[in-house]
Amino acid sequence: MVLSLHMPGSFKSLIELGDFYMGTKWFTPNKEISKTLYTTAGLVVFILFLAVWSILSYGGLVNPVFLPTPTAVLATAADLLIHGDLLSNIGISFTRVLAGFLAAAIIGIPLGILMGSLKIMEGAFEPIIGFIRYMPASAFIPLLILWIGLGEPEKMSVIFLGTFFQLTLMIMDVTKNVQNELIEVSYTLGAKKFQVYTKVILPASLPGIVDTLRITFGWAWTYLVVAEIVGASSGLGYMIMQASRFLQPDKIIVGIITIGILGLLTDMIFKGIYRASFSWMRKDGF
Amino acid sequence: MAANAPKLEIKDVGKVFKTKKGETTALEKTSFTISDGEFVTILGPSGCGKSTVLRIVAGLEEATSGQVLLDGLEINGPGPDRGMVFQSYTLFPWLTVKENIVFGLKLKGLSQKERDDVAGHYLQLIGLEQFGGHYPIQLSGGMKQRVAIARALANDPKILLMDEPFGALDAQTRNIMQEVLLKAWEESKKTILFITHDVDESIFLADSVYLMTARPGRLKKKVPISLERPREFSVKGTPEFAKYKEELLYLIREESLKSV
Repeated sequence: MVLSLHMPGSFKSLIELGDFYMGTKWFTPNKEISKTLYTTAGLVVFILFLAVWSILSYGGLVNPVFLPTPTAVLATAADLLIHGDLLSNIGISFTRVLAGFLAAAIIGIPLGILMGSLKIMEGAFEPIIGFIRYMPASAFIPLLILWIGLGEPEKMSVIFLGTFFQLTLMIMDVTKNVQNELIEVSYTLGAKKFQVYTKVILPASLPGIVDTLRITFGWAWTYLVVAEIVGASSGLGYMIMQASRFLQPDKIIVGIITIGILGLLTDMIFKGIYRASFSWMRKDGF
Repeated sequence: MAANAPKLEIKDVGKVFKTKKGETTALEKTSFTISDGEFVTILGPSGCGKSTVLRIVAGLEEATSGQVLLDGLEINGPGPDRGMVFQSYTLFPWLTVKENIVFGLKLKGLSQKERDDVAGHYLQLIGLEQFGGHYPIQLSGGMKQRVAIARALANDPKILLMDEPFGALDAQTRNIMQEVLLKAWEESKKTILFITHDVDESIFLADSVYLMTARPGRLKKKVPISLERPREFSVKGTPEFAKYKEELLYLIREESLKSV
C-alpha cells in the first residue's frame, strides 16, 4: 500500500528528471530535432546492438558454435574476401538478382502503365496478377526445376516470380495516381493519345516508378537466398547453406551482412538517381 | 462565314447521368451563343451543372443531347482550338514555367526560336519575366494560374474556357488575377467562356453574364454588362456595378427561395 502510494510520485520525478536531461521536445509528437541528434540516435542503437552481441559472445554466455564473436566474423570476412570466393559469389548473386529483376521491370513497367491508364488492360490483367502474387515464389521452385532444370534461368526465374507481380501492380497504382486534369489539359493543348503517354503519364509517374524499382529491388535480394538454397553450387545463398552444413556461423553471418550491405547500396543508388532526376519535386530546386 | 455568325453555338445541350437509383439530370437542354471576341461568364451556385457545360464544350465530357458548334463546325472530342484553364493547378510539375507555356507549341512542332519568342511575350504579359526557369512547385497559387492562362493563350485557341480558375485563390489575389486576365483578353482579343460562382467576378469580367439555376441546371437569364472598357478595379465601387450586382443577387435569391 505504501509502495503503491509512493510509486506515482517517484515515477513523476523520473519523467521530470528525463525532461531535465533530454529536453521535453524529444518526446513531443512530430517535433523536429536537430540533425546531429537524429544521427546520434541511430548510431547509439547500432552500438547497443553491437554491445549486446559482444557481451553475449565475448562474455562466453553463448556457445561460439552458435554465436561467434564480432572479431571472428570480421576475420572470416577478411579471409573470405582475400583467400576465399566471397567476391565471385557476390558477382554471381548480383548477376542473378539483376537479371531476374531487370526482366521483371522490362515487362512490368510497360504492363503496369497500361493497366493504370487503360481500364480494359486493368480488367484483363489485374485479377490474374492479383491472384498469382499471393502464391509464394519459393513454392514454384520444384515446378521450375522440372520445367527448366537447375541452371541460371531457374535462379533468375525465382527472382522474377518474386518481384514481377508486385512490381506490376505497384506501377499500375503509380500510373493511376497521375492527376486526371493533367491528362485533360494536355488534350486541350493538342496532345494525341500516344503523346499523352510520352508527354504526361510517363514523366508524371517517373518518380513513382523509380521508387517502386527501389523497393522491389530490395525484395529481389531477399528472394536470392531462396533461389540459391535449392540446387545451387555458387552464390551467397549457397555459401550460407554450405556454412550451415559445416557449422560455420561466422560464415553465415558474413553472408547475411554482405547481402544486407548490397541491398543497402542498391537502395542508395536508386535514392541518388531519384534525387538527381527529380529536382522539380523540391522547392529549393536542388 | 457571315460576319456576325456566332463563334460558339450551344444547341439544346443536355446531360443526364445514369446512376444506380435511375437517371439524374445534371444539365437541362441549354442553348446560347457567344460572339467572336466576347467575354461571357456563367454564374451559378455550386452543383448547378455550369462546369458540365464547359467540359462539354471542351470535349472532355459527352453531352447526352444537342450539339456544340465552333465556327459552325460540330466539336467532337477535345482539341487545341479550345484552350482550358482549370480551378485546380494543372501545370506540368516536371516542366519549367517556360516549358509549360510552350507545351502545346512543341506538340505542334514549332522551332525553338519561335517557341522562345512566344514564351517571352506571354511571360511579359503575365508579369513573370523573372520566373521562366522556375518549376511550378516554386510558385504561389496566383502565379501558377497566371502561367496556366499564358499556356492556354500561347497555343492560340479559338476560344478560352475557364472553369473557376481563381476559385482556389484568396480574395486579394483573385482581384489582381481578374485584372491580369482582362489585360490578357484585351491584348489577345480571344473569345472567353468563364465559369464562376462569384457575382462580383462575373460582372467585372463579362460582356454578358449568364445566370444558371440550381440543379437541374438550366440558363435562367442573360444579363448584358455595359460597363466601360478597359475596366479597372475601381469600377467595382461605381453605382452601375452595384446595380448589376443587386439585379443578379436578386435573381439568385429568387432561385434559392424556390428550392428551399
